[in-house]
Amino acid sequence: MTDSGLPASVAAIRRVQQDPNRLGQRRHGSTEPVEGVGLGTTGPATKRIIVGYGFWIFLLSDIVVFSCFFAAFAVQRGATAGGPTLEQIVDIRRVAFETAALLLSSYTCMLSFAATNARSRLWTQIFLLVTGVLGLVFVLLEVQEFAELAGRGITPQRSGMLTSFFGLVGLHGVHVTIGGMWLATMMAQVQVKGFRREIVHRLICFNLFWHALDIVWIGIFTIVYLMGSNSTGSGA
Amino acid sequence: MSDLNERADHAPGDEPPGEESGHWVRNANLGLAFSIVLTVAAFLLAGSHVIYMPAIPVALLVLAIAQMGVHLVFFLHITTGPDNTNNVLALAFGILVVFLVVAGSIWIMDHLSQNMMPTNQMGQMP
Repeated sequence: MTDSGLPASVAAIRRVQQDPNRLGQRRHGSTEPVEGVGLGTTGPATKRIIVGYGFWIFLLSDIVVFSCFFAAFAVQRGATAGGPTLEQIVDIRRVAFETAALLLSSYTCMLSFAATNARSRLWTQIFLLVTGVLGLVFVLLEVQEFAELAGRGITPQRSGMLTSFFGLVGLHGVHVTIGGMWLATMMAQVQVKGFRREIVHRLICFNLFWHALDIVWIGIFTIVYLMGSNSTGSGA
Repeated sequence: MSDLNERADHAPGDEPPGEESGHWVRNANLGLAFSIVLTVAAFLLAGSHVIYMPAIPVALLVLAIAQMGVHLVFFLHITTGPDNTNNVLALAFGILVVFLVVAGSIWIMDHLSQNMMPTNQMGQMP
């Protein structure tokens, strides 16, 4: 994109007309168009941007799926059919441990990606392993919770509230479990294949997935557990 | 050629150009610190009587939304910069759909249950 032979002002006007927000430029300094930003004049975006953005779209649609379960829970939370109320089935201590495990795993997941960017295989693996262990702790705590409730005769078919409760919390638990399997696969791939380009792209996607699960958990522990444990929240 | 340095746009959760890996750790630390503060506040608030009781659910929701924002900014690297326009637009559309689904369900089902016949009268139907 060189406008040789034209006065500089003509080139500047042309640039403003073609790209008013300077999207095709580096942030500071240089006015050369940058390759790989997907703005037409400089060719398609890099695979890394396309993969990350595509996975971002998938995650947003996954969050829409969760929103349907949240909506079902919001509608059904008072429908106890004479069975146990939400207040009676919530164990805040266990939820606090689950929250701590998932938040810390989100943190170590991000540290693993920092290590990936620094191309340190050892630290990437260490932090991925810690992430996986914390995720496992989370899933085991949730399995323990469900088993304990089932032992007290509190099962999904008891009432509408319990159906939506087990549906929402269980869907998140399934996501964490699948994420854990993906994590184990990524550790094996990093070990065998190293930081090849497509492996790094998969690590980007895995990071996005894990952080999104933590964001969904914020909604669950607030709306289901904290507001459920609080009698003023369970009006309806 | 590294595909990190030669671009201006970036995907969510990816690194802005010209930042080295210390930036990642700093962001992670900040995100963790903010999240811990907000989570502990939410858990303490839920079991306490320090504020006006009926306001507690609203306060919990505010803390949750704040923490989601912290995660988006520090963990997913969503910013307001021009290099992030596509990510923010997709997120805005996602939030719109989530809002419509949740608020719409609550609204419609609430009106439906208000129009339902009370169950104690149902047995007296001819």
